[in-house]
Amino acid sequence: MASVTQSFMKIFRNSPPGAHPGLQAQRTPQRLTRRSSGLAELSRLFQSEEPLCILDIGSTSAGNIRYLTERSHRIYSEDLLEASTDPSLVMRDEKGQHTLDQKLFLAANLVYPNAHFDVVLCWNLADYLDESLVKPVIARLWSLLKPGGMLLAFFHTQEAGPDAPCYRYHIVGNDVLDMQHIDARRDMRRGPTGATHTAIERSFRLQRVFNNRHIENLFRDFTSIKFFLTRDNVREVLVVR
Amino acid sequence: METPKTEFAHIGKSVIIKGELSGSEDLYVDGEVEGTIELEGNNLVIGPNGQVRANVNGKGVVVQGRLEGNIHASERAELRKSAVAIGDILTQRIAIEEGAYFKGKVEMEKESGSSAAVASGSRAGTQVTKS
Repeated sequence: MASVTQSFMKIFRNSPPGAHPGLQAQRTPQRLTRRSSGLAELSRLFQSEEPLCILDIGSTSAGNIRYLTERSHRIYSEDLLEASTDPSLVMRDEKGQHTLDQKLFLAANLVYPNAHFDVVLCWNLADYLDESLVKPVIARLWSLLKPGGMLLAFFHTQEAGPDAPCYRYHIVGNDVLDMQHIDARRDMRRGPTGATHTAIERSFRLQRVFNNRHIENLFRDFTSIKFFLTRDNVREVLVVR
Repeated sequence: METPKTEFAHIGKSVIIKGELSGSEDLYVDGEVEGTIELEGNNLVIGPNGQVRANVNGKGVVVQGRLEGNIHASERAELRKSAVAIGDILTQRIAIEEGAYFKGKVEMEKESGSSAAVASGSRAGTQVTKS
């Protein structure tokens, strides 16, 4: 990612927890509602009589499972952010820096046949996922999507601030999402490997901020990309394979 | 579905079973099971200490502990908030508490028992509980 972004994120990382105004309120488990133009576009697909194959890679949402299975679609759920906290993924690169083993990660996650999904719900994963995994995951998602398949992703703008909370997204209407702050201490007490993630004391932190150029670059293998600007410092992106 | 331990056959948390487990009564598993669990027409509860690596088949399946394997619940599958479930779920009704970890596919089956996805006319089939 661009050095400008990294410099910006250094400021983020050095800021003490709780320094961001309103953070205390954000940590209180609560649900916020937002309108989603990207979801509105996807909803046209969801009305299809033809059962769709949908992959949700955000935090497990019972609401999404209910919403989509009620419409006769098959939903696959896989919490990639939580999976990325598996301690066995940690390795050192050539420079001796800690990184995550992307091969091991992709051997255990997103293991589906190529061109299997009509829709991927990526939510805000890319903003919170470890740098080493972002591009490999997007590349894998490209291959899992059918040609013409769609992916919905959210990206924070710089104005969101370093402590922008990580949310679990629940579909509650054709263009309406409930956002539930992920309480890491509760949700992460036992990960997919059965390991207890005691090192994670707070919620996930924003890892970086993508600008439009970064986003276009991230999805450069896709056929088209559509941006939706919102009022809550989030860009919604709908890409088509 | 409630989890009454007293009326269920009980596999305690110190018990480890490897192989095929089948029965004609409700079963509560709080220990370790590896293989298959076949309880057609009866209920299975995997307790909070339960560690199951098996495909499970029952009328109702409740997961509170850890399950690696597919669930076929002819009536209802339920993942409690402490559940870690890795595998596919085929059922008529599903309830997943917030906080449960689930990795896999969910497919709804019609009440007739066919594996087709639930029709729009039977939309009441999915239930979600929130903590």
